[in-house]
Amino acid sequence: MLPFTVYFSPDVFFPQNYPLYIRSVPSQNELKFHYTVHTSLDVVEEKVSAVGKSLADQRELYLGLLYPTEDYKVYGYVTNSKVKFVIVVDSSNTSLRDNEIRSMFRKLHNSFTDVMCNPFYNPGDPILSKAFNGIVSGMMVQTS
Amino acid sequence: MDQESAAASGGSLISLTDHEQRFYSGLHALCQADAPGKLSSGKVAELFKASQLPPEALHKVTEVCGAKHLGYFGTAQFYIALKLLAAAQSGLPIRLESVSGNLPLPRFAGLKNEPESRHAAAPPGADPQGSAPGSVARNPADRSTFRHLEASAEKKEPWSPPRSPCSSPPRSPLAYRGYPYSKQRNGVDAQIPYDNKPSSRPGAQLEQHSSPSRYVSKPAVEHPAMARASSTERLNQQATMNYSDDDPWRMTAEQLEYYTNQFKSLQPDLGALILGAVAKNFFTKSKLPIPELSHIWELSDVDRDGALTFTEFCIAFHLIVARKNGYPLPESLPPTLQPGFSQREEEQIPDTPESLEPLIVFEDAEPRSCQVDPSGIGRLEPSVATRKQDLQGESLKQDTSVKRLASSREKSTLQLGAFPERPEPHLELDPQMRTKTRQRSYSSTSIEDAIKKAEEPPTPPPRPQKTHSRASSLDLNKLFQQGAPGVKSGWLLPPALPPRPPTSQVPHFLNVSEQASQAKVQQPNFADFSHFREEEESSVKLEEQGPSSRFGLSSEDLTSASKQDVSGTPHSQAPQKPIRRKYHPESQNLETGPPPPPPPAMPFPPPAKPSQKLLSRQKREIQMAIRKNRETNAVLRRLNSELQQQLKVVHKERVTLESQLELLRPLAST
Repeated sequence: MLPFTVYFSPDVFFPQNYPLYIRSVPSQNELKFHYTVHTSLDVVEEKVSAVGKSLADQRELYLGLLYPTEDYKVYGYVTNSKVKFVIVVDSSNTSLRDNEIRSMFRKLHNSFTDVMCNPFYNPGDPILSKAFNGIVSGMMVQTS
Repeated sequence: MDQESAAASGGSLISLTDHEQRFYSGLHALCQADAPGKLSSGKVAELFKASQLPPEALHKVTEVCGAKHLGYFGTAQFYIALKLLAAAQSGLPIRLESVSGNLPLPRFAGLKNEPESRHAAAPPGADPQGSAPGSVARNPADRSTFRHLEASAEKKEPWSPPRSPCSSPPRSPLAYRGYPYSKQRNGVDAQIPYDNKPSSRPGAQLEQHSSPSRYVSKPAVEHPAMARASSTERLNQQATMNYSDDDPWRMTAEQLEYYTNQFKSLQPDLGALILGAVAKNFFTKSKLPIPELSHIWELSDVDRDGALTFTEFCIAFHLIVARKNGYPLPESLPPTLQPGFSQREEEQIPDTPESLEPLIVFEDAEPRSCQVDPSGIGRLEPSVATRKQDLQGESLKQDTSVKRLASSREKSTLQLGAFPERPEPHLELDPQMRTKTRQRSYSSTSIEDAIKKAEEPPTPPPRPQKTHSRASSLDLNKLFQQGAPGVKSGWLLPPALPPRPPTSQVPHFLNVSEQASQAKVQQPNFADFSHFREEEESSVKLEEQGPSSRFGLSSEDLTSASKQDVSGTPHSQAPQKPIRRKYHPESQNLETGPPPPPPPAMPFPPPAKPSQKLLSRQKREIQMAIRKNRETNAVLRRLNSELQQQLKVVHKERVTLESQLELLRPLAST
């Protein structure tokens, strides 16, 4: 129940916000997760554009988006260059604490940076790195 | 060696001489098929037919060597068979006993027998394949034979570059090949000329024989490896084969030397790093697909800094070579390839006894790269300036975490000799490296991010391309012309900065320097700004700075005043906190560094200045940069205050609406 999405906004002036990477553990309902992630993107944008204190908003607990049929929580994370990570977690999986989510985002950020450091990776390309995949899978397995 | 060969023959009774060993191994490689340990009977049959023995003799050979019994040709059987063939060709009866004698090598029509001819074992009289080593006539035949074999082996051959040397190797790569070949001549007949086309193939053939000879010593291990490595790829690269070690993941001394030379061609200093883009260009020449190169990079860039040390470079190069030879890329670094490999080399049991062609892979690339690199390096210094400017213009695209880069820049010395064509994250690394001490403190505070972000959205960050701010390419150029390495290291540390931090850093610096010149001001807001204002007006700045900042400040006051209506002091404190905190790291940094000189425009404290002109010029540039940054700062502050105002208004509205709702609710329920 853990789709990850990395949206990338390459330039502040042209926020493109196309996904660089999406993974989810259950193969079914993937489309719905895509949709959820996409809608949550708006909320992330709203938070990001709020010029204020800490903009490297490490998480966004979006409990408001609770459907009657299934409930899940959406967490967001924005890096310094407006790359957004979104995690959708099944609410029944209440064992996931905030700290865990934070650490997950941190790991994601680190591996994303690794991917970026690779000169063969052009920013904006979909992320095909096996190491990144491995880390993401590890996280999803660990939580689900 | 003989003991090894004895062991290799499966503990059987034959012992092979050195030459025989090589020859047989070569033939074994020829006949290698998919199943481990089993030779393809088709090829073996071909080989046998090529020996021009009568069929019944061949049958006898097969029987005697045990292949018939087994149903397939294993290595031992194959060797015995070869021996028997030799025996048969020299007229001896085909029996196991005859195998133990000292026999000349078996001859096969249509295959290379030059090695045989060169060896002490003189071929018997009837030698239809009279081998003149340089006989060009045969070489095309050889090539065609090989190509036929290649084709028949129906293995995949994805890489045309390795193939092309087979078909028509151009002169220069050949000559280049001669270089590695000269290195690999241990145990191989050194008289084999390799400097001209025709003989290079026999030389290569000999190489090929010699290379499997090492494998013979470990047949059990060899078989699975053989299967994996797919002999066809080796056939492809016959003319270019260069055996190294038994373990493909291990680097031989020759390979290491070769890598060293390559590294030097990219980066003269062995202790320095090759930037990612440079490495990318270089490795792209190997014509591997980009995802594979990307994977190789991930494997080899152990410290994850976006650049390659010498060790990492060797690892990457080695992986590329292995990949070109047909090895699948490992998921993680093999133990022999890990940075501590040279110590563990001796203890490692080789995983696969396949040969490598470390030096040939880049055959096509080499001539090009050799030409490109010197010119590239020659171009590098002048292009540093342009690169830096481009970098600054494109910095926004990269998500190079400031934290990571700052910490990882410890070991990256000046890579000015290797500035790439695609500078974006990597040049950014350099300047960030130089300011790592300051940066780290910034990156640790989210305020830094806040300020950065605050600057970015409303207005474009002032690109210091036209003006020369800290990350001034002009200075670098100057320094290059001066050519003093000491100067370089001393100078570049202060001036070079990535584009983004300067916009936020310089104001910090300004503020701090201004602050430092007075007492540290930590009092409530207005006092700060008044000080700031005074400082601005007193320093050598444009007048428009004053009004704009004043306006900003006044609106700030307004905002804080209005804030106090709604939410009291916390809000008024909040906007001040970031600013206050801004000063802290700066003050710390400045205190840790050399003390800031009184003129605020000179935050750079390098004691030894090469020339006064440079100094004053830098001063001017810095001042201009400071001016610009102040302007930006003021604008942003104004914007910030306006937005805060709007936020206040909206809050008020919301409150009123909510109260109305509350009022209405009891009415609605009734």
